[in-house]
Amino acid sequence: MPRLSLSPIARRRLAVFRHNRRAWVSLWLFLVLFGISLLAELIANDKPLVMRYDGQWYAPLLVDYPDMEFGGFLPTRADYHDPFTQQQIAEHGWALWPVIPFSYQTLDMQMRRPSPSPPDSRHWLGTDDQGRDVLARVIYGFRLSVFFALVLTAGSLLLGVVFGGIQGYFGGKTDLIGQRLTEIWSGLPVLFLLIILASFVQPNLWWLLGIMLLFSWLGLVDVVRAEFLRARNLEYVRAAKAMGLPSRLIMWRHVLPNAMVATLTFIPFLFTGAITTLTALDFLGFGLPPGSPSLGELVAQGKNNLQAPWLGITAFVSLSVMLSLLVFIGEGLRDAFDPRHIQFAPSASPTAPTATRMTPNGQ
Amino acid sequence: MVSDSLFRLEDFSIEFDGVPVVDRLSIEIRPGETLALVGESGSGKSVSALGALGLLPGNARVSGGRWLEDSDLDRLSQRQWQALRGGRVGFVFQEPMTSLNPLHTVGKQIGETLRLHQGLSGRAARDRTRELLTQVKLPRPDELLDAWPHQLSGGQRQRVMIAMAIANDPVLLIADEPTTALDVTVQQEILALLAELRSAYGMGMLFITHDLNLVRRNADRVCVLYRGREQETGPVEQVFTTPRSEYTRTLIDAEPSGRAAPLKQRDTLLEAHDLSVNFSRPKRLFSRRPSPFVAVHPLSFTLSRGETLGIVGESGSGKTTLAMAVLRLVRSQGEVHFDNERLDTLTGTTLRKARRRFQVVFQDPYGSLSPRLPVSEIVSEGLRFHHPELSESEVNHRVQVTLEEVGLPQDCASRYPHEFSGGQRQRIAVARALILEPELLILDEPTSALDRSVQKQLVELLRNLQQKRGLSYLFISHDLAVVRAMAHRVMVLKDGRVVEEGRCEEVLGAPQTAYTQALVDASVLTVQSG
Repeated sequence: MPRLSLSPIARRRLAVFRHNRRAWVSLWLFLVLFGISLLAELIANDKPLVMRYDGQWYAPLLVDYPDMEFGGFLPTRADYHDPFTQQQIAEHGWALWPVIPFSYQTLDMQMRRPSPSPPDSRHWLGTDDQGRDVLARVIYGFRLSVFFALVLTAGSLLLGVVFGGIQGYFGGKTDLIGQRLTEIWSGLPVLFLLIILASFVQPNLWWLLGIMLLFSWLGLVDVVRAEFLRARNLEYVRAAKAMGLPSRLIMWRHVLPNAMVATLTFIPFLFTGAITTLTALDFLGFGLPPGSPSLGELVAQGKNNLQAPWLGITAFVSLSVMLSLLVFIGEGLRDAFDPRHIQFAPSASPTAPTATRMTPNGQ
Repeated sequence: MVSDSLFRLEDFSIEFDGVPVVDRLSIEIRPGETLALVGESGSGKSVSALGALGLLPGNARVSGGRWLEDSDLDRLSQRQWQALRGGRVGFVFQEPMTSLNPLHTVGKQIGETLRLHQGLSGRAARDRTRELLTQVKLPRPDELLDAWPHQLSGGQRQRVMIAMAIANDPVLLIADEPTTALDVTVQQEILALLAELRSAYGMGMLFITHDLNLVRRNADRVCVLYRGREQETGPVEQVFTTPRSEYTRTLIDAEPSGRAAPLKQRDTLLEAHDLSVNFSRPKRLFSRRPSPFVAVHPLSFTLSRGETLGIVGESGSGKTTLAMAVLRLVRSQGEVHFDNERLDTLTGTTLRKARRRFQVVFQDPYGSLSPRLPVSEIVSEGLRFHHPELSESEVNHRVQVTLEEVGLPQDCASRYPHEFSGGQRQRIAVARALILEPELLILDEPTSALDRSVQKQLVELLRNLQQKRGLSYLFISHDLAVVRAMAHRVMVLKDGRVVEEGRCEEVLGAPQTAYTQALVDASVLTVQSG
């Protein structure tokens, strides 16, 4: 088993990153929040987690049971919020509900107040103008945004590094042509493409991802290309060439680790950029299909329902917390990779001149 | 306190975060005198000079007494310090390429020191600057006033630096390795200029260097440092003829010695016919492409098995380009035969397979090893590619054997390059080449970034390897002392042309051309024999 071994540079960077309290705390907070949102189905759902009915076990979370199972007469999926069903369950057994008994698209039919209703014990952050629980939507929306950003960042990283790397490593004509093509490509208006797209297909998550991916890698190309251009003339790269290694191996083992510094520094900004773009598109109504848990749609609702400030405030707080955490993490990453922030390790004693050591065999 | 000394350090110590770097150093410089501070890299010589003038970062602690003329430097205010640096004390640094601001003209940079310290501006500053440029013997001072640093050569930039240093009539000039980055012939001119200015102004000079031979020619007294500790101080002649400390003796003896073992038979391995390298210049829009720059003019040479051909020349003479052409790393014209096979027509996979047989060791031991890989990976990389059939344990065994062969400690395979000194790193680079069992090793200035004593060890190692394995070396260097200890034959290059060629002893002993003569004069060889 190869044990996890970090090169000394990586270890030093990790130490610098951990030393930056704000970034370190932000990273943990973000991971905790993301972890919670990954478990969204267990936390906010309109179905009980586990149920006992007539001496039988049920797992509504995993299996769709027809209404008839619980004393109803409809062959359709059981609605566990229905007062009749609830009464049946209370009589014949029990149900374990999630902390928030609403999913992101559950319409609460038993509200006593017109929607949007203000926060109360039933809806901790109130409901939106369609009577859906805001907290549930925020949890699901957070997950969706982060997922979108993750996939988009990973995709852009792959494309950006491949294209930038090829341009930078080979240089010359490859570089010249590649640069001109990326310039033309980056001239295409992304937003208009999305708006045009929205008029003839119903854009879903994957459509949006695809279109965004076509353009978001362009920012990385310049960074990666510059790093590769610099690194290809480093002596250890030339030594690898002289050793007869093929280009792909040299790029992978020797040049890429160099370029990763600049690239990793770029990632947090790609990430926040992706989240902001998705939110903006949703806000404008060109984004995810209606009903999706989207933070942008929440912003739009907040704007349309100024009489219900909990909508706007929730959207603002959740977005700003998420983006601030990411920016702090990014800042910490940038500092960790900045050679000026890495102090000389105290153990690195000045190298001893070798003259005295050589006396015996020198004579 | 009144004394005839100009600059004095007494029990001067420097610590970095509690780690002592300079330990109770006491030196004294009198007016018109040059004191040389000598030591190998890491001995604390530059740090002492910077520390004495309060130029160290915040984590350094300085203690002990320091005086310039009769002012106690420990009692100066921030403002007085600023007046002192560049005013009464002038600095010349090692790296002329980076010590000038590339975005300001030469005249402006010199003018700035004049404005800050003497309040000169406009025409007066310009006149004084011109005067200074004449003093440091720069040609065409009127034109150079408005020149940008990149338009000047290394030697010229160093002259500009000197002009800045003497602009305010300093009493003390600190020259920190002022000639290390320059060609040998230029070195001599710069040192002569410094000596002339010193006596003209009656300045004291603190001359920091690692090169004992420069000290012998250019200093009055010398102070030898070893790991921040003063080893001995005294007049140059006395220290050189009767060194008191053990360390000084090893330093003086550290000159590469010995000669290459004579060849038993001639069996040609490498042969170049009319090999030349051209670099095309960029083409302007709507204009003809200018004629290409010829880095190496057509030249021919042969190299036998077990032989070392030294390629000598100053920077820009095309010696590294020639090596890259032989390695097929730059495009070249002409024929190269390696073991009776055409090398210059190989491409793609065949070329990559053939590369196993000719390897290279580069100049910079810090740049030629990937900092992210442990030594075992660095050394085994080529082996894994060229011999994929070897098992993991066989590869590890080969790595161990090779590392032992180049004299590295047992445990170093799992360590990273930054844990090694320059000389050790160069050994790793040699191991990386050797593990492929090449027949030809191209050594591109392998010793020039190392201390003298380490150079000597490396030269011995390379000679032993040649004996044992029958390797052929193409040894590129500007340092004639090292070349003499390594090469069977020598080829002297100037501006891409062969100036002189022949047996090592003959060429270096009785140079036929003025250029070779100048190189020999400038290098240490004459001092040693004289």
